[in-house]
Parts: sequence; C-alpha cells; structure tokens
Amino acid sequence: MAIEQDEIGKIAELARIRIAEEQIGEVTQRITEILGMVDQLQAADTAGVEPMANPLDATQRLREDEVTEINRREAFQAIAPAVENGLYLVPKVIE
Amino acid sequence: MHNQTVAQLAQGLRDKAFSSVELTQAYLQRISEHDATFNAFITVDEDSALATARTADLRLASGDADALTGIPVAHKDIFCTEGLRTSCGSKMLDNFVPPYNATVIKRFNEAGAVMLGKTNLDEFAMGSSNENSYYGAVKNPWNPDLVPGGSSGGSAAAVAARMAPAATGTDTGGSIRQPAAFCGITGLKPTYGRVSRLGMIAYASSLDQGGPLARTAEDCALLLNVMAGHDPLDSTSSDTPVEDYTAALGDRLEGLRIGLPREYFGDGLDGATGTCIQAALKELEAQGAELVDISLPSSSLTIPAYYIIAPAEASTNLSRFDGVRYGHRCEDPADLHDLYTRTREEGFGDEVKRRILVGTYALSAGYYDAYYKKAQQARRLISNDFRLALEQVDVIAGPTTPGPAFALGAKSDDPVAMYLEDVYTLAVNLAGLPGMSVPAGLADGKPVGLQLIGRHFAEARLLNVAHRFQQATDWHTLSPATGGAA
Amino acid sequence: MQWETVIGLEVHLQLATQSKIFSGSPIAFGAEPNTQASAVDLAMPGMLPVLNAEAVRMAVMFGLGIDAEIGMRSVFDRKNYFYPDLPKGYQISQFSDPIVGKGEFEIQLEDGSTRQIGITRAHLEEDAGKSLHEDFHGMTGIDLNRAGTPLLEIVSEPDIRSAAEAVAYLKALHSLVTYLGISDGNMAEGSMRCDINISLRPQGQAEYGTRAEIKNVNSFRFVERAIRHEVERQSDILEDGGKVVQETRLYDADRDETRPMRSKEVANDYRYFPEPDLLPIVIDEAYVAAIRDTLPELPTAKRHRFMDQYGLSAYDANVLADSRELADYYETVVSACGDAKIAANWVQVELLGQLNKAELAINASPVSATDLGGLIVRILDNSISGKIAKQVFEAMWQGEGSADEVIDARGLKQVSDSGALEAMVDDVIANNSAQVEQYLAADEGKRKKLVGFFVGQVMKVSKGQANPQMVNQLLAKKLG
Repeated sequence: MAIEQDEIGKIAELARIRIAEEQIGEVTQRITEILGMVDQLQAADTAGVEPMANPLDATQRLREDEVTEINRREAFQAIAPAVENGLYLVPKVIE
Repeated sequence: MHNQTVAQLAQGLRDKAFSSVELTQAYLQRISEHDATFNAFITVDEDSALATARTADLRLASGDADALTGIPVAHKDIFCTEGLRTSCGSKMLDNFVPPYNATVIKRFNEAGAVMLGKTNLDEFAMGSSNENSYYGAVKNPWNPDLVPGGSSGGSAAAVAARMAPAATGTDTGGSIRQPAAFCGITGLKPTYGRVSRLGMIAYASSLDQGGPLARTAEDCALLLNVMAGHDPLDSTSSDTPVEDYTAALGDRLEGLRIGLPREYFGDGLDGATGTCIQAALKELEAQGAELVDISLPSSSLTIPAYYIIAPAEASTNLSRFDGVRYGHRCEDPADLHDLYTRTREEGFGDEVKRRILVGTYALSAGYYDAYYKKAQQARRLISNDFRLALEQVDVIAGPTTPGPAFALGAKSDDPVAMYLEDVYTLAVNLAGLPGMSVPAGLADGKPVGLQLIGRHFAEARLLNVAHRFQQATDWHTLSPATGGAA
Repeated sequence: MQWETVIGLEVHLQLATQSKIFSGSPIAFGAEPNTQASAVDLAMPGMLPVLNAEAVRMAVMFGLGIDAEIGMRSVFDRKNYFYPDLPKGYQISQFSDPIVGKGEFEIQLEDGSTRQIGITRAHLEEDAGKSLHEDFHGMTGIDLNRAGTPLLEIVSEPDIRSAAEAVAYLKALHSLVTYLGISDGNMAEGSMRCDINISLRPQGQAEYGTRAEIKNVNSFRFVERAIRHEVERQSDILEDGGKVVQETRLYDADRDETRPMRSKEVANDYRYFPEPDLLPIVIDEAYVAAIRDTLPELPTAKRHRFMDQYGLSAYDANVLADSRELADYYETVVSACGDAKIAANWVQVELLGQLNKAELAINASPVSATDLGGLIVRILDNSISGKIAKQVFEAMWQGEGSADEVIDARGLKQVSDSGALEAMVDDVIANNSAQVEQYLAADEGKRKKLVGFFVGQVMKVSKGQANPQMVNQLLAKKLG
C-alpha cells in the first residue's frame, strides 16, 4: 500500500516525531517499501482465527494489595532534565 | 585464560589456578587492547568490575560460591544497571543512569558474577547488523569489514573476540541467535517468559526475551541457570519450575526426532551455508537422531506478521521517551509540542523512527484490522504450525540465517533487505519458543549457525542436543584470527 | 420547540485499595509531590505493571452490586496519547473486554419516584498524574503521585433526562460504592469524578442530537450547574438554527460556565490495542461466588425493606438508607426504642440536623444510637414530653450522659402525680379569673382555643414538666 506524504505527516504527529521537511520524501519512500512487504499478509486467510497477543496464551497473576514502594524521589529526580520543588517541569500546558 | 570456557574458568577459580581479580584484569586488558577495533562495548567500568571480583574472591575463599561466582560477564546495554549508564544504543538514553537493576542483573550480582561492562547494540534492539547504534557499528571479530549481526552484536563480538567469556543478550526476532551465528558462538533465546523482562528496556513486549551468549552450550546452560526463573514483578514471567540446565547436557541422542522444515531449506538459503547445515544434521543423525521432513506452511506470513507486531508494540513502548522525566530533552522547547517532537526527532535514530512510524500506522484508526489484528491472527497460524510440528518431532533444526555475515554498509540503506535477514529466526519469537544457534561450520571462512528450536520450556533439550553436537565437532572452538589460536 | 435533554455519565471512581493498580506505591491523599511515584509509576525504562488483586475484587463487587454481567475474561488495552501527566504515553485501560458488562440500578428522585438507569459497562484503569499550572517561570509542574491510582470507570446509558436525575444517579452511585466499601467516595479529594455527555433532541425524536462532553466535574452541585448551563447553551444554539459541535468542554466553577478545552481538541486516535505487558484476567464462578457471599445488603434493597418493615415513606427510607452507617444507626435506635417512625423522625430531624451543623459524620456522633433509643423510650413511657426530650437530647449531645442520667440530674421527669397537678391547676384558675370568665362565656368552638392558655400557664408553673394529657383532663373537669 502506497502511503502519501501528508499521511506520513499525520502518523509522525501521532507519534510526536518531527520529520525535517527535506527528509519527508525519503521517509515516505522507506515506509512505503516496508508496508509493501508487510502487505503480503493481506493474502492470508485468517477468517475465524483468534488473534494471538501472548505466545503462551497465559493469564494474569494478581499481586497482593500491599504498599511495597518507598519514596525515592531524590534518586529519580536526580536524572530528570528539569525539576523544581519536587515537580517535573514542562513548557506551559494549556487545558 | 581468555580461551577457556566459563565451565573451565569456574573450575580454575575453584582450583585457585587464578583469582577472580586476575581473571577480570585479564579480560579488562583484552578489552582495552581489542575493543578499539570491534567497538563491542559502550561502557566499561573497571573499578566496579575489580571491586566485584575482590568480593567474589572472598566468597570463593570462604567456600560460599555459586557456579558463576567470580566469572566475568558482559551485559547488553539494554539491561538496566543501577548507577551505570544504560543507553540502549540510543542518544535518547546517552545520559541515563538507572536508579535500579534489571532482575537479570540482580541475579548475576547475587550469583557473584563480575560485570565487565555494557555491550553495544542496535538502538533499542532494532536491527540485524548492529549498524543502528548511536555509539557506532560493531565489527565482526572474524573480519572487521563484516557486520557482527544484531541486535546483540556487541555481546556476540565481545565473546567471539575473547573480550568476555560470556554475555547476556536479548532476542525479539533473532537478536541473540543471528549475531551468535555471524560471530561463530553459541546463543540461546529461551521460551518467552522464562527470563524476567523487568529492567530490560522493552522493544516489543510480547516477543522480547533475554538469554545467554557464550562459546558453548554448556556455558549457556550455566548462564541460563542464573537468568531463568519466575519474577513476580513481570506479569508475563512464567512460574513453570526451573530445572538445572546442565543436568541433561550429556544425554544421548538416540531416538531423538529432529524435524527439518522444508520452508527453511528453500531458494533463499545460501549454498555454502546449506552445505554446513546438512553436514551438521548428518552428525546429529550419526549420533542416533532421526531426521524428519516437516512443513511449517504459514512460514511466508512470518516476516510481514513480525514487522507489524514488533513495530506496533515498539511504537507505544517508546512513547515514554518524551524528555520529561529522564533521558534526552531538546534545548529550549518553545512549547509542549516542540518538547515532544524535537526531543524525539533528536533522540531517536532513523531505524527506530521508521519502526515507530510503521507501528503507529498499523495501529491507527482504519488500519488496525487490516494490519495489527491480521498480524496477530497470522501469529496464531504460525504458532499452530509449530505446535503441530512439535507434536511429531522433539526438536526442529535448520539454518539460523540465510547466509553468513555480510559486509558493513551492504544493507544499511535498505530496510526491507535487512528485514529479510531474519527470515528463519522471527517465527520462534512469534510462537514464544526456545531457540538456539550453534556454530556449525564456515562458509567462505565465515561462521555458520545451526538453529535448534524446541517446545515451550524445553531449553534443557536444546542445550543437550547442542552440547552433544559440540562434543563431536570443534566449530565452537574456532576463534577469529584476532582472538588468538583455538 | 420543546427540547429533551439526554445525558450519559462517565464516573471515574477511585478504588479504596492500599496500593496502586499496577505498582506497590501508596495512594494516600495530599502527599508531597512525586513522593508516591515509583519507577513503575514514572514509566522508567524496563518497568512493568503487575495487577493489584484488590482492584479486581472491587470491580467484580461493583458488578455484582448492579447485577451486571461479569467479564470472566477481561483484557487490558493501551490507550495511546501524549500528555505530560501520562508518563508512559499510554493509559492502561480496558477497551473491548471490560471486567463489568451491562447492568442497571435504581435511583430515587426528590419526589420519591424511582427510575432504572442502565449501566453500559465498568472497567478498570489507571489514573493520570496532575499538572500544576501555578507559574514556574512559565512552566507547568507535573506531580505523578496520582498516576497509577486504581479507577473504575462506570459508564451509564444515555438514560438520564435532567440535571436532577443526574444528581440522583450520582448520589445513588455514591451510596452504592460506599456501601460496598470499594471507594471512600470523597468527591472533594477527587475519589469520584464525572464526565458528562449531554445532547438535546426535539421532544419525541428517536435519534440523539450531537453531544458535548464536559470533563472532570467533581461535586454534585457542579454537576447540576454544569448541566443547566450546557442545556441552556445548546438550546440557545439550536433555537437560533445553529448546530452543536461535538467537543470536549470544561466546567469552570469560578465563572460558572462551560468552555471548550483547548488541549484535547485535535481528534485523538488512541490506537487501542491489547496491553502486551499484562495478560488476560480470567476469573471463575467460584471466585465470583465467594465475592457475592461478602456483599452487604445494598441501598436499594435496604430502602425497600425500610418501607416494608418499618412503614417508612419512600423519602424517609431514601434518607436513612443513604449510607450503611446511617442505616445501621437508625436500626439500632429502632431496636432500642421499638418505634420505627418516631426513631426515623428523631434520626432525621434532631440527629442529622445537629450532625450537619457540626459537620460531623454519623460515626462521629456524640450521641450513640442506643442512647438516642433510650431517650425515645422515655418519650414513649411519658417520662418526658417531646419538648423536654429536645432539651435532654441537647444535653446528651454536650456529653452529659444518657437520657436517664440527664433527666435525673436536671430533674426533668414529667409530673404525672394527680395531686400535685391538681394544685397547680387550681392555682392557675384562681389567679386568672378574667380568662376563666371569658372561657365560661365562650361557645364550644372558642373554648378549645382558650383552654390552650390555661395549659400554657400550668406548663410554665411546672417548668414544662407537667404531663400535658393529665393537665388537659384536669382543666376540662375543673372549668366544667
């Protein structure tokens, strides 16, 4: 399936990845090739086949409801790009 | 010392032939001599390695030692190591020093193993040649013009070049087996859920699995003994009991039924590689195994299914890299959108971006059914093929890769050509099965890997077959010229 | 044109677990920023979710409470979007296979009438963190303490037709979940937040109109106001021949208006898919049955029982069954005094009046249910009058002891000694000859009114302790 440049733009926006203007053509070309390869799948007869999300078809175990974590804010925020008063800082969010 | 296997080194430590400090120093020495050529390591922490070695020596002296106490090991730079930068081969995490250890790292620490350093990889484990690393390509120790395979290329090269006796890797679509094959060493991808994924930076959650790379099957068994086990902090970790993977290594192969999938011996297989594989199969037959022709009819769906599922999961697994809490953040973001899009533009390399975009596309409105759901259905068909086949045979065997290591740069501009390299390894991940690559000869002087695939949780069986094979052959003892004589 | 309002509510209910839904972090309210955010909550690389058993149990309990289909195999999905309070870049939620399916429950309106409201589904999910917009040099601060708090999102059918019904629905839901003990229901602390989907359609039309969604309204009062404003806004648009735009709006309590949300306007493509880090939750009949065995009597059943067993009005039953604690209190009073109606009256008027004034919860009442029952016993056996009883209650509230202790200590026991009363009556008649003459001259109708004066005088002399019935009898006799 060929993909248009403006569609790549929309996908990149969903993925929050900036693509420089001069690279859009190249990226579109590569993605088109990859989609061409995976499109072989469309020929497969999968009618009625249950999708497989986990290779073992295992089921979820449950954790006891206990507090096991301690406050490690200092260690966690030591590696953060921008913090103040214990808060992570980001450019102004408008609701 | 550096030409000995883990099993031999462990014996040497117990016999006090050398200390862990001496052993560690010897490997650190080899790294400093050779890694400039191969670029297998991203980070080496000599002080910490020697400190751990000293502690290991005390344990050895007190008689309170485990099998791997004092043994140097290199870890793929995808396992989080507390206090030591864990980059995942990405600019995004170039400055990331985790405040915690991966479960795998904890287990090696408890066993008293010595971490030599963190090995190079394709960025976020996405690649089959190790050319996608922010820290530069890894070179194949057999010939520095060749790729070592990927994504655990640094680990494979480190072991092949005798810069580490063993290493950890991860395998999402062949990332342990393919570099093991290209570098002439032994690698094991365990059953999905056998090794904890906690602290192992995720590429594709339902496919990722950590495992060992070493020179021999016996060494892989020793490492797996440390790595395997249930982790309550990983919901997908299995609580199937763990065995001693060394216990059955020597079992005889009489009566073993080995299935040879027709689809793995077709046109795509390089002639010289095929010859090596046939010879290896003859050897197994000579030991009493029965070779059985089998078919995996959905094989043609493997590459498309994988290259939808893995990018889809990756596209959202990598959303957390947003420049807010850790890792790279762009300079002076104008607003929140700029923070996200520029941080991610700068932090991720081309292949990672491509997979995020493909995955985002496959999950997006209007395409989910045609891509993601269809791929998950194909996954079940592929898995069913293996289930049926493994009801008839004990083990499936074939080539690990279509051909031996290719030249650096040969495929780096052509993602689709690169993806086709994984044709024989991907299905094992889709089906969650254990798979191994075992050195099985040289094609034009380049190592060839024999792939062994088993039933869920049948790692011991695979290791047994590989060990028996290695008892009768010496391919695994060959060493690249730069690594010294065999 | 006559417009019909159509409302569906999505309630985000915080479950009363000890720890988060996917990590072992505490969920205490009001902690210092990011001190309750673990590596999992912060989406540190390699971190993985593990599901809290209690969250599952509580969700199933809710499902049983509304008689819903229970999802015996439910699945977590990732809901993908970028927002700074969402560390992973996706929220773990349930999309296609929720843990609770269709159900319904009864709400009661102010006038005592009831309605059945359908529940579409309820699913487990994790809460996001909080963005703090105070000025950090033009930056926003992110606190992830709340990230990963277990939520049950309860989605109603578009069965609600007015602001009053919406509030009644929320109150009934609040009552149910606090009965079940699965949430503290504390709206001020955000334990129960509400998204309102609202549209108008011409009366009698079957198709729904275009809806607006009002996000994150967190009090009954604001829900009512937000709906009234939105109905007005939409009907103004429609009356002018305009079209309502499908959008997300915010209710601004300070300005008392709704306005469009700017941040989430771009049509989101959430790219839901099964969360590969978690496996399907599979539960069996035995698990469900064990939870069913632990269910308390629920508000609707209790309300109906109060009406049947105690003969209460629908209104009284609704008030008294509102919370488990209040209902238990009431029933203790009933068993202590034996009169359900007087008990209902005292609990609702005196007790709740005082509690509301003092802003106390029922379980913090200074007067125990047994003591209130004891007080009512003294009214019933004529030891004190209803009026004196209020004084006694006041004293009990102040901590002066049980009803009997207060009555003794203050000498409030009703005078029923006919000799003493007769003396008082005689005195009053002797000292008020003018009124006596007036009384004697009056006809039957007016006499009834005038006798009240003499009763009042006797009560005054007796300091309110005279038995009013005996006083009436004596006066009738003496005045002829």
